[in-house]
This record gives sequence, C-alpha cells and structure tokens, in this order.
Amino acid sequence: MFDILYHSLATGVVTTDYPKTPAQTSRQSRGRPEIDAPNWKDARAAVAACPTGALSCTDGPETRRVTLDLGKCTFCGFCAEADPAIRMSNVCELAARHKAELTTTIQYQLAPDGTHQALLSPPRAAADPRPAALDAVGAQLKARIAKVLGRSLHIREVDAGSCNGCEVEIAGLNSPVYDLERFGLHFVASPRHADMLLVTGPVSRNMELALRKTYEAMPAPRLVVAVGACGCSGGIFGTNYASLGGVDKVIPVDVYVPGCPPNPYALLHGILTAIDRG
Amino acid sequence: MNALPELQPILASLTERFGAQIQPMQIPRPNEVYFQGKMELVPGFCALLYKEWGARLASLFADDARAQTGDFHLYYVFALDAAHGFLILRVPVPPSQPRFVSLTNALPALNWQEREIQDLFGLKLEGHPNARPCALHDDWPAVHPLRKDFALRTVLPPFAGERHKFRVVEGEGVFQVPVGPVHAGIIEPGHFLFSVAGESVLYLQIRLFYTHKGTEKLFENLPLAHGVALAESISGDSAFAHATAFCHAIERAAGVEAPPRARAMRSICLELERIYNHIGDIGAIATDVAFVVANAHAMRLKEQVLRLNEQLAGNRLLRGLAAPGGVRSDWNTAQVEALRQRVAWLRPEFESLVALIRESSSTRDRLETTGILRPETARDLGIVGLAGRASGFAHDLRRDFPHAAYADVTFTVPVFQEGDVLRRLQVRVDEVRQSFSIIEQLTSALPSGAIRASLPVLPPDVVALGYVEGWRGEIFHWIRTAPDGRLARCKIKDPSLQNWPALSEAIQDNIIPDFPVINKSFNLSYSGTDR
Ligand code: SF4
Repeated sequence: MFDILYHSLATGVVTTDYPKTPAQTSRQSRGRPEIDAPNWKDARAAVAACPTGALSCTDGPETRRVTLDLGKCTFCGFCAEADPAIRMSNVCELAARHKAELTTTIQYQLAPDGTHQALLSPPRAAADPRPAALDAVGAQLKARIAKVLGRSLHIREVDAGSCNGCEVEIAGLNSPVYDLERFGLHFVASPRHADMLLVTGPVSRNMELALRKTYEAMPAPRLVVAVGACGCSGGIFGTNYASLGGVDKVIPVDVYVPGCPPNPYALLHGILTAIDRG
Repeated sequence: MNALPELQPILASLTERFGAQIQPMQIPRPNEVYFQGKMELVPGFCALLYKEWGARLASLFADDARAQTGDFHLYYVFALDAAHGFLILRVPVPPSQPRFVSLTNALPALNWQEREIQDLFGLKLEGHPNARPCALHDDWPAVHPLRKDFALRTVLPPFAGERHKFRVVEGEGVFQVPVGPVHAGIIEPGHFLFSVAGESVLYLQIRLFYTHKGTEKLFENLPLAHGVALAESISGDSAFAHATAFCHAIERAAGVEAPPRARAMRSICLELERIYNHIGDIGAIATDVAFVVANAHAMRLKEQVLRLNEQLAGNRLLRGLAAPGGVRSDWNTAQVEALRQRVAWLRPEFESLVALIRESSSTRDRLETTGILRPETARDLGIVGLAGRASGFAHDLRRDFPHAAYADVTFTVPVFQEGDVLRRLQVRVDEVRQSFSIIEQLTSALPSGAIRASLPVLPPDVVALGYVEGWRGEIFHWIRTAPDGRLARCKIKDPSLQNWPALSEAIQDNIIPDFPVINKSFNLSYSGTDR
C-alpha cells in the first residue's frame, strides 16, 4: 500500500493541460499535407501515389480541378514523397462539423502536355451545400445541445469495423496523460447512458445493424462523432461488398475527426468541437 | 534452388513414402518448398509430417487459379520449426467438383480456416464436425467473394439481422448469457454466448467476422505500391508487423533482401510494437482485477513509447515506415539517440511497474490458476505466439525463422507450462525485457548504409510466403503476383485466427466475472481475424 502511494507521489502529475497549451506533437509527426499551390507543376504524380484517393484530380478540356479530402487522408506522406510541392505538416487538429469543410479544391489552367500553366483558383474549402436557413436552425440546436451536454458528457464508443488503430488511441484518452475526465467527459458502457457516440469505421456490412441499434438506444439529444479516415469516409477500404464506407452512410454525423488514427489531441479536439468547447 | 540441408531428410522421407504421388513443384527459396498432390494424400502427408517431424500446420488457404491452371488450389503450409523451413502442399480442386475433405477431426487447429475457405471460395467441406458459415454471416446471400468472378464493389442487399443458430446447451439450471457485438469497453466487436450453470461457464461460443471488410479482395484490386498502406490497416495495433510481413513476401518473390540497416530498423520497430502492446496489456490485466493504479502507470509508460514511435516513424502506431525493399525513411543521429535514451528511461520504470504488480498478493491470487489453457490443448489447437509460450507450446519465428535482424542479436524465448493468466502476464513481462535488450544490441551497432533495395517488376504467378513474429504471434502473408505489378492473391494469416478457440477452452469452469481478464490475457485481434 505504502509502495503504491510512494510510486504515485514520486511520479508526480503527468497530465497535459491541453487545450490550454497547444498539442505537443514531434516535428516528425505527419499531419495535414500542405500544398504549395502557386508553384505546383503537375498534380498527376501525387494523385497516382495516393493510396486512399484523398488526393484526386479531374481534367476538363484545358483545366484541372484538384481535390484534397482530409476525410480520406491517412497522412501517409506518399504524395509529399512524389512531389516537392507538397509538404507534410504536423497539424493534427482537423475536426470539422461538415464534411465539405474537409475538402479543398484547386484549379489550374493546363498546358498541352498536362502540366499546370497557371493557377485559376487558389485552395478553397468547398462551400457548405446546405441552405442558410437550415444552418440557422442547426446552430440554435447546437447551442442548446452544448448547453445541455457541454459540462458533463457521457460517451459510448462503437467500433463499427475498424482495424483497432483508432481504439488504441481512444483508449489512451483515459490515460493519466490525457485524462478525459478532467473535462467532465466520461466513457460509459451502455448507449442508454450516453450523450455521444464515438464511432470508428469503416462500417462493415456485418456491423450496420448493431450500429443503428446502438444509435437508436440513445436518449435524445445525441451527438455522433465519426473517428478516423475510415469513420469519416471509409478510408482505404472505401465501399465494397463488405464495407458500407463512412459512418454517415448509416447514422447522421455531427463532427468528423480525420487521422489514421487521429492522435489523442485530434480526438480531444474533435470531442470538444462537438460540444462547442473546441 | 536447393532446399535447406535440414529439410533434406524430411523431403527424402516424403519421397520414400509417397513416391510419384506427390510432385515436387518448386523451391523458390531454400526454406520454402512446394509439392503438389491429390486431396486423398493430404491426411497421410499431414500425419507423416506431424508424427515423424514435429511439423505444425501454420496456415491453410485457397487460391482461385482457374484462369491459370483450370483449378482452385488449396495450400497446406507446414512449419518445421526445428528444420527452419516451410513445406507447402498444393492440392488442386477442379471447379467441376468444388469440394474438399476436412481434417478438423484430426487437427482441430484447422476448424475456422477450413470453414473460411468454404465461405469465401464456395468449396464445400466434407466431413467437418460443424461446417456452418463462419467468415460470412448466416444472412449473407450465396456469394463467394474471393472467387475471381466476384467483383470487389458488388452491392449486396443490406444486412437483415443475425440468423445464426447457436448450439443449444441444456441441463438443469443452465442459462445463457449473450454479449456483444457491441461491448461495454473500448474494444472491437464480436459476439460471445456463455452457457452458464450457477457461476461457472460450461461452454463459450464465439461468433466473429463482424469487422470483415473485404481486405484480401481489396489487395487484388490495388497497385502493389498501395498494398503496404492496406497491410497497415489489417490490425491497427500490429500495423508495422503486418506491413513488414507484406513487404517480406514481396521481397522474397523478387529475390531481394532488405539492406542491413533497414533490417535492424525493422527489428527495432517490431520490438517497439511488442513493448507498447505488452505494457498496455499488463495494465489492462491489472485493471480487470481492479488494480487501477498499476494501469495508470502502465498507460503512462505506453504513452512514452507511442511518442517515441512518432519521432521514429512520423506516426504513433508506426505507420508509414515499412516499405518493400527496406524502410521508407532513415533515422538521423538525433532520432537514434532519442530511441536509446527512451529505452534507458523505460527499463527502470518498467521494473517498478512489474514490482508494483508482483507485490500485490491479491492480484496474484486473481491471476494464478485463472483461465488455464493446458499444454495438450494448446498443441491440438496449434496455439501460436505468447499464448502458446505460456502453455508450454513454444515456437517463435524470430528464433526459428530469423527475419529482419533477429539473426544478429541474442535473446531468449520465455516458456511456462501452467497456461494461466498469470503466466500469460509473465511471458509479456519477460518479453518486454528481452525487447529492451534486443533494441539495445541493435542500436549499439546500427549498420550504416542504404535503407532500401530496389525491386524489379515482378512477373505474374510468382508465389512467396512472407512472415514476421508479431507481438501476438506469427503473421504470414502469402502472395501470388498478377501482371502489371499487381497481386492475384494476398492471403493474410493473423495469429488471432489461430488463437481464438483457445479462449473457449480457457474460460471453461471459470466464472463470467473472470472473462474480461482471461480475454485480455489473450488480447486477440478481431480485425486481424475478420479482415
Ligand atoms: S498524405 Fe497520403 S492519403 Fe493523404 S493525400 Fe497524401 S498520399 Fe493521399
């Protein structure tokens, strides 16, 4: 008993005070890819190198539209290896309320050989496709939810088909280093006690029903956070005979947390965003 | 190419016994020898290798080669640990008679693997004691996804609900407790049905494949260069081990070896993966017997390993470093120094965690004699990895089939006979200490030079077996190449697929409240099993 106490006292406090102090990721950490759009000569090599389809391009007669979708991106860095105009940053807090906010498009005028001649439109997040009126209702609702749930939130985690990578990091939120409970956030064992569903994916065909039932078992108001590239979009698995893709194919999603897996800071940022404390 | 000298007497005995009934096919690598033979031969072939040479069936899988040879092929992969080689028997199955004979009654280790072939290839099992669907759940339409005429993106009708009929367990006072697929903790999905009399568990039925997501089929549809990223997503806590096994298969197919520096870096990362998972499990086992302080310390240490991983690989789960031919990026001296310092810091911290648990007699009480997997059972089920080593069934690819840089270091493989939770914990403790030592040996003499060998474009229909000893146990990736730098087949064998049945055995006569700690002591991968 004394040993246990001594051990803990000798260790001292190890908890971060994130978000007061910014995320401490190493320089080597790979986060969002940064594209030097004005100096980008040719998108095709990077697009071919991308294993998830996060980076894609469509060519018109004389123009090219390049899209970077952080909802699919695994921050693998293959694009940056293939093209010096892309650099991997260590920015990891990328949670978004709308999927569209995760997508950036760039347009180029093409030379006859398919290289970029001129930048037509600089990187731009896609516009939110929903009408403004709906957005206002949404904002009101969100404010209410934040008020009701903001100070103490119970979270139920559901693995709807993931590789377990996201679970390794989510479980880490309970460690003394990140200590989720200091925010009044708490993992619970039953959806009936939960205000928020933290879902990893891709949603497998065999988990669709269980995910739906879990969601339906929750009392309203309820929040859903889709975790990781697979939870946001299906990731490298996409849709196939056994995978339905992202979580929003099955239940409505409030916040998307990119990453493969998202590190604990990215997860905290995502959860806090959902309750307007991000 | 000639087979390893240690394999020669075994090959001679096979030729003597079977003569012209088996055709030696090819020896692409000295430790990987292929034969072809008819279905009828398989039981005798197995019996000879098991009884006389101490072989074990490391993997059984199918391949749709109708376009190449007109047949489906079954591959029986025997590991001969003492001879350091693999013998692989290929059995053609003509599409006109799509069936094969079960060996499960003689080799219970094959139970799930045979049923998976039946589901995914539509080859009917004969003589299996329980030939019900396994990989595809009962409500699936009659599709066989790994047949070449089934398209990856086929849209199936939505899942209509579980129709699986579990076996009925009857008797006075017997009742059933269903759990899952969504569990109470932050873990992967699976369904457990306990049949209980009073407090004791009589029988546990495990239903998995909830996270089946078409991974093996997807490999056949990706360019080879993207395969590594997919291999990292087979089982997230073994991302580096799976990716390296995949790269190993490609390198063996190409006849190329990764340069010494890359091999050392691979071994270091495999050990880091072992360390962070073992420390996490040690903490989780403590939690499940209500010793949460120990878990808090374990989580603290695990976090420091994950941060080190990030410095070394750019990702906390070591994603993005593995590459065919070696590794993707080199380490500078600052990174190597960070590694050395972190391991030096971890050693005493880990020992004080171990002491904390060892000195808690109530913890020991709960773990000792709990969830026993007897050595005979472990042998029958072909249990691999740390679970096998805790039950006296000791093999380790790092020692018996040295890959990466394991031939250049000395280490011991811990073995216990009791097979209880305490011994599975103890194996982890001992292995973490060995991992520290392996990393120290490798960093003190880290080879310099290239980190990646270039690979030729592979011709079609080259086969190769890649392997890695992951932290749970042996991981195999078997590939057959297709034209244009693609794969015709990538068979993934995660140790979990082999080890799940051990859980049903170990829980018998224990009480349900001990299930979490017994389950955790195996800590098997659902996604690695389901793929
Ligand atoms: S980091 Fe990887 S997944 Fe993301 S855009 Fe680049 S290549 Fe694609």
